[in-house]
This record gives sequence, C-alpha cells and structure tokens, in this order.
Amino acid sequence: MSLVELVDIRKRFGAVEVLKGISLTLEKGEIVAVIGRSGSGKSTMLRCINGLEKVQAGRIVVDGIDVTAPKADLNLLRQRAGMVFQSYNLFPHLNVERNIMLALKLVRKLDTSAAREVARAVVTKVGLADKLHAYPDELSGGQQQRVAIARSLAMQPTLMLFDEITSALDPELVGEVLRVLEGVASEGMTMMLVTHEMNFAKNVADRVIFMHEGRIHEDGPARETLLEPRTAELRSFLNAVLH
Amino acid sequence: MIREFAGADIIYLIEAARWTLLLALTATVGGGLLGIVVAVLRVIPFRPLSWLAIAWINLIQGTPLLGQLFVFFFGLPLVGLSVDAWTAAALSLSIYASAFFGEIWRGSLQSVSQRQWEAGAALGLTYAQRLGHVVLPQAIRISIAPTVGFLVQLVKNTSLTALIGFVELTRASQIISGATFAPLPVYLTAAVIYFVICFSLSQLAHMLERRLHVAR
Repeated sequence: MSLVELVDIRKRFGAVEVLKGISLTLEKGEIVAVIGRSGSGKSTMLRCINGLEKVQAGRIVVDGIDVTAPKADLNLLRQRAGMVFQSYNLFPHLNVERNIMLALKLVRKLDTSAAREVARAVVTKVGLADKLHAYPDELSGGQQQRVAIARSLAMQPTLMLFDEITSALDPELVGEVLRVLEGVASEGMTMMLVTHEMNFAKNVADRVIFMHEGRIHEDGPARETLLEPRTAELRSFLNAVLH
Repeated sequence: MIREFAGADIIYLIEAARWTLLLALTATVGGGLLGIVVAVLRVIPFRPLSWLAIAWINLIQGTPLLGQLFVFFFGLPLVGLSVDAWTAAALSLSIYASAFFGEIWRGSLQSVSQRQWEAGAALGLTYAQRLGHVVLPQAIRISIAPTVGFLVQLVKNTSLTALIGFVELTRASQIISGATFAPLPVYLTAAVIYFVICFSLSQLAHMLERRLHVAR
C-alpha cells in the first residue's frame, strides 16, 4: 500500500476553488518536489495532507490513517507526518532544546532525560549542537529553520512535508538548509517538498509534480521532467524561474 | 483645634495606604477572575456570549468609575441591600477591572500568531496542549506590560473611593489636612506614597519581562 494516497481532492476558500481534483500516490522512501506558480495550490495540497486544511471532497489516506474521515485522529497523523513551514514557527519563549523536547514529552511521552538525549542528537545532526540553549531570536533564519527541521525529525515521522522552507531566507542562508535536507533525504526519509529550488529538485528529488491552476499538470521523474517538460505551461514556468 | 503636621501623621498615612493596597489587590483578584471569564467569552465562537461580553465591556469602559461607585454605594440600599463603603468599593473596582483585564488578555491571546497554533498542531499536540504550552505562555508575556499599566491606574483610581467615605490614602489625607490646615505637605506625602507603590509595580513588570524572555 502507498504511504500517501490522495483521491480526487477538492478544496475551496470561499468562492475560489484552489484544488480542483488532485489524485496522487506517494511510496515509502520517495522524495517528491512540488513546483508551480504561487496560487497554484501547492502549499494548500501539502497542508491538506496533514489535516491543517479540510478538503470539501475526496479522500486522503496517510500511513493507513484516513485524514478525511470525520473522526480522524489528526494528532496521531501529525506524529507520523512532520511538517516544516516557510516561517520556521519555532516557539519563541523556549530555547532550542526545549522547543524540541516539548512534543517529545507531551506527545511521545518521553521522560525529561530521554527527551533531552533526543534533542541533543537531532540538533547535532543539523549542525547546531552549540546552540542547544539559545533562544530562537538569537539565531539566524537559516539556523532557526534547521532547528525547525530537527524538531520535526525528533518525532520520528514516517513522512516529512516541507512547505517552501527556504523561501523566507536570505540567499546566503539557503545552502545550509538545503544541505540539511540532503542529509535527511540520504537517510531514506519519505519527503514531499514544495520548493522553488529547481536545482535541488533536479538533484535530490526522485520525482517532480508540477501544479497549475489547482491541478497536477505534470508528474514524472525529476531530471527528465525538469529537463524535458512536456507541456507549454511547465516550459514557461521553468523559463520564468530559471532566468 | 489646629495642630502641626507631625511624624505620627505620616505613620497614619502609611497605615491608610495599606487599605489602598488591599483594595487594589482585592480588585485585581476579583477583577482578574471575572476578566478571565470576559476574555474567554470574547474569543469563543458563540456570538450571543461574545455580544454579552462586548456589552459588559462597553458599559463599564464607557461610564465613569465614580458613577459606578455611587451606583453600588447609594443604589444597592434602595433595593434593600445595605452595603458598607468597603464592600461597595471592592465590588465596583473589581467589576471595573474585569472589563479592562478582559480586553487586555483577549488582545494578548489573539496577538499570538496563528502560525504558533499550527506549529503546535503539526507536532501532534492536542488543542489543550497547544493552548497551555505554546500560546498561553506567550500571551502571558505579551500581557505583562499592559496588565501592569492598568494596575497602576487601578491603584490611583482607588482614591475615588474617598468620595463614598472609605478611609484609604486619599481620604486619610483629607482628614489630616482638615486637622492640620497643612494641605501641601500632607498631599505631597500622599503623592510620594502613591508614587512608591506605582513605580515599584512598573519596575516589577520590567523585571518580569526580562526574566521571561518576551518575544520581540
């Protein structure tokens, strides 16, 4: 069975239909980059997968959990499907260590010393072991985003969703975050990234999904799709972002 | 008989200031508890209750505190409830404070970004955990400065209760001033005492803000 399954999902904000029938499956270990113009529905689709947005029609199943069921256990779903946001969203009143420990203690029910151990391990993995006791406002954007990734990884999700996580960063800070992502990818994590980093998509993703006006317009192997787009829409999009 | 303004009078003023503090403290606790209710009614998505809270806030913020004091002190006896000056003062100041606390705390709660709720949700926290561990701690930090700002107002507003005969710092000053005919030193002494109380409160707020790592 596929890890993620979307069947003809539709999502409206007021009168505007943002997702006009999206169907896709994602296998375990797959790394999928979702690209497209702003307003094409990329982020909304991602947010539907972990239940931050409700769909009006269609079915979403993630790791055996029916997200669209009326009584879906969204908190369990979100333990399995971690998410990192464009604006980092660290908790400003907690230092790095406690940002990471919070959900470990409350959700995974680890005791303090076990949670501290995990926090230290994941922060080391993203190269910020020396920042364990820093507060978010003492870190650069790139460092905050690396902590956000570490915080999500600490929950040991089976799937990671990344929503334009380098879009708010100064250009010189993008690289450090992408390197962390590559590290996560190399460990076999199933990943779905909404991104504008075409080189990253080409080199790290297995598959690229191009969204256009609320629909999946192209879906194929990353290199091939990006180097030889089949549709005029993707070609013009790539021209716009690459030049 | 006219006498000199003496050291014993200063002691008397300081003792009277205890009633000022006690009244402010009572109104803080009473108004704080009621203020939580007002803030909650304002944010829950059930319109009639929000309207009730808004009406309450407008009624109290839109009328003078002195009028509210008179309503309780002179009005309640008309319906057969005799109240002493302390009860009327404590009751009306609590109600007065509830409207302001309610609005300050609602604003603080709503000023925590929706993204913080989402970040908590994305980690699998329940609604109560998001509120208790993510949003409330930030809202409380945000609310420190305006809350203490209002407390300072509240301390000074207790002086209005002198007009219904409650003997706190201002009423005590009137009494001593009447006996000594030395209004300036008396009221200056009272002003210094008010200042010490209010300045200490502001300093406490600064200290708390630094200690609690208020988000910038």
